Amino acid sequence: MLTYLLRRLALALATTAAVVTITFALVHLAPGEPFVAGAEDRFVPPETVARLRERFGLDRPLGVQFARYAANLAHGDLGESFARHRPVAAVLAESLPNTLLLGATALVLSLLFGIGLGIAQATRAGTWADSALGALALACYSVPAFWLGLMLLLVFGEWLHWLPVSGMADVTLRVPMDGLRHALDVGRHLVLPALTLALVNGAAVARFHRAAMIEALGADFVRAARARGLGERRVVLRHALRSALAPAITLAGLSVPALLTGSVLVESVFGWPGMGRVAYEAIFARDYNVITAVAVVAGVLVAVGNLLADLGVAAADPRVRRA
Amino acid sequence: MRALRRGWLRFRAHRAAVAAGLLVAVLAIAAAFAPLVAPADPLAQPDPVALQNQPPSAAHLLGTDRFSRDVLSRIVYGARVSLGVGAAAALLAVTVGALVGLAAGLASPAVDQLLMRSVDVALALPRVFLILLVLALWENAPPWVVVLLIALTGWFQTSRVVRALVLRLRESEFVQAARALGSGRPGLVRRHLLPHLAPTIIVSATLDVGNIILLESGLSYLGLGIRPPAPSWGNMIQDGKDQLFSAPWVAAAPGLALLVTVVAFNLFGDGLQAAFDPRDRR
Amino acid sequence: MSDPRAPGGAPPSAAGEAGPLPGAPLLEIADLRVAFASEGGVARAVDGVDLAVHGGETVGLVGESGCGKSVTALAILRLVEHPGLIAHGSRVRFEGRDLLALAERDIRAVRGNHLALIPQEPAAALNPVLTVGSQIAEVIRAHQHVTRAVAAWRAVELLTSVGIPDAEKRAGQYAHQLSGGMRQRVLIAIALACGPHLLIADEPTTALDVTIQAEILELLDGLQRRLGMAVLLITHNLALVAERTRRVYVMYAGQIVEEAPTGALFAAPAHPYTQGLMAAVPRADRPAERLAAIPGQVPPATAWPSGCRFHPRCPFAWEKCREEMPPLLPAGEGRSARCWLLAERQGPDAKTPSPQGASGGR
Repeated sequence: MLTYLLRRLALALATTAAVVTITFALVHLAPGEPFVAGAEDRFVPPETVARLRERFGLDRPLGVQFARYAANLAHGDLGESFARHRPVAAVLAESLPNTLLLGATALVLSLLFGIGLGIAQATRAGTWADSALGALALACYSVPAFWLGLMLLLVFGEWLHWLPVSGMADVTLRVPMDGLRHALDVGRHLVLPALTLALVNGAAVARFHRAAMIEALGADFVRAARARGLGERRVVLRHALRSALAPAITLAGLSVPALLTGSVLVESVFGWPGMGRVAYEAIFARDYNVITAVAVVAGVLVAVGNLLADLGVAAADPRVRRA
Repeated sequence: MRALRRGWLRFRAHRAAVAAGLLVAVLAIAAAFAPLVAPADPLAQPDPVALQNQPPSAAHLLGTDRFSRDVLSRIVYGARVSLGVGAAAALLAVTVGALVGLAAGLASPAVDQLLMRSVDVALALPRVFLILLVLALWENAPPWVVVLLIALTGWFQTSRVVRALVLRLRESEFVQAARALGSGRPGLVRRHLLPHLAPTIIVSATLDVGNIILLESGLSYLGLGIRPPAPSWGNMIQDGKDQLFSAPWVAAAPGLALLVTVVAFNLFGDGLQAAFDPRDRR
Repeated sequence: MSDPRAPGGAPPSAAGEAGPLPGAPLLEIADLRVAFASEGGVARAVDGVDLAVHGGETVGLVGESGCGKSVTALAILRLVEHPGLIAHGSRVRFEGRDLLALAERDIRAVRGNHLALIPQEPAAALNPVLTVGSQIAEVIRAHQHVTRAVAAWRAVELLTSVGIPDAEKRAGQYAHQLSGGMRQRVLIAIALACGPHLLIADEPTTALDVTIQAEILELLDGLQRRLGMAVLLITHNLALVAERTRRVYVMYAGQIVEEAPTGALFAAPAHPYTQGLMAAVPRADRPAERLAAIPGQVPPATAWPSGCRFHPRCPFAWEKCREEMPPLLPAGEGRSARCWLLAERQGPDAKTPSPQGASGGR
């Protein structure tokens, strides 16, 4: 278990290092600069540009810049945002929790949706209901997340007026809200973006889980459980599901990158103030430090996702605990 | 080649997959002959004031957008982007993946380890983030850059699958026999390995196309893939987003086109996989 | 103290006498037919089986693999899965009720309760991701109104009673942490959890080492004597049947081909197939030749031979055997066999056929 954890950690570190290096190289080697003198839309005098360049160390050789950045990063210092004139850590502290809230909600929902759909299909394997649910899963698996978000917005926000169409909290109401009201309001705003991500992501889980459940339902121990007079619900939900859970959990952990990707698009559709939007804006503003920091955070989240998946599998399946 | 024939017979039994394959063919033909299929010029703006955001009608089957352009015609032309980028990037990615997989599987263990550990790291990279970054920094990148970026970040899984297969084949009797008879490495690859790898590679490519089409549409939606005014389904949805509530067809139609196309590729790929590759992968 | 149930109404087994026990049987199967539809045709895996088990007695059901004995066991519990079907007209009476006619929840109340199964393959019959203690406790809770804590305590008690040391610790372990013999003991504990009146043991020792086989059989014997339950022992192992049962059914190609008290059967098998089986049993005084006495193989269930199903492999077969299926014919006191030879020699003192070659294999 220890060697295993160390291997995981090494891979995570290698990945993060690779991400930082690639990102740094791309950003700094690409043509263009964050501080441009004489651009039509924002004229900045050349001396100001020079001063800014000096302040952010952009006048130094690239190797020096990288060494300094890496050293700062090792101390947990992510630098300062050029565009926002604030520490990058503060920018992330604001946006990352929102992305985590959205991502975690979506992850839980996608597991519920995917596992539920997988069970529903596997217990009806070969019937028309299985085919119909399979078509639903395939459609969710094949739909562009941002478009699905727009359509949900159109139906539930505009036509039915059930749910708010944008943002994370109701800003038109200037009435001070207490904690519970605020939480409910955020929850209402969360429904559509989380549902969008969960449908797309859950469909992938469902495709795997159906196969795993069919295999589990055919296992000897499931028939043995039936022979003991256990109810069908218990046989399916305890005996078959528990033994088929590992692949779904693995897949959920591995889907963290997909969720992060999806959140860039979905946050933009729903105006959710998360890291995806920060990244998107930073890329266009050439806000080097923010871009690199987002890459680091993404790398860490992916590694955490893998680790959680492994722990989840170990919790669900005692056979792998020995390893 | 008997394996291919048997696979084809098995594939024919999946009626949905056959239908999906036909649909893919129809879409490809429609895209190739877009000027003949499309009812109008996708860029023409007959009357940006009087004819903007027209709901679907006999004249414009899928309505018009805010510049009075015919949505159906833009979808037909957009198919060129989606299918073109999807097919080109998938082919390129699968080729690179197969080559790396072959190299790793046939090379010395040290080289193999190096390649595969690199692939481990590469698989954990935030792919979309990196693509976005390059496209944003490279202002007005031409479409081939989009293809190249998607392909170069999309071959890792294929290389793993191919390597595993090569390792298994290498131990198999017929390859051992060929070696004993003095077959050189190029001959070995061409005559003995490739025929057995072909089904896996084809399945891999087909299933990739759907994902790549989705990826490209996302990039275009963010304004970083195929840029306006050239129609792509992703940038059409971006266009329609602003009038989502007043003219929903502008965004809905290209999204439906995406959905149908990707479903078709996935069904087709699933069918191929079931026919050629009944076990594993994944 | 660790007696898993109060003694039931079943009389304790008094092995020795050969004749049928008085009173209605505990389990009575009549004309059981199970078919599986497949691409290769319809497989009639079980084809008209009649069988009875009285309270407290141990009955053997023997046959080669593929003869339908395991399917019979599943059919008794109504656990035949798609694409298998139990034919209309089949009857399985247990304690006076037709199990095949019960509502789903009523048959569930029977399974694992008064009618329990020890499945084949102890390695596969335990759920790998649930502790063995919880798998015992859940059976108790499925059939009895007891609290979780009581069920858990009873589970440990049952593990002790099947001879598992340190039962408290074992109850918290998983199947992969137990040895093969230990797993089989757990499965026995599960089967005994609710004090069954009839235990169906499907090849209970096949997957085990010889030394452990003996231990498990001793355990089963002791438990049976103490609890007074009946046992239907399904096996291909004739030695096991000879030692442990009171009566035997021999099954071939989906049918019962011979039924007899154990002693009589081994003294003088009536059916050529039974004779072949016995000749095939490896013995210390001659080298083991697997099934040397029966040429050919069990035919596939999709294509049973016409007439007597054993005729292609039978050394005595003649015209009639190929054309007409023999019924079960009386073959002496309390026994019968499905063979035309018996009809030929029908008389007050029906003899078993004993032509040359029947006891062959030398």
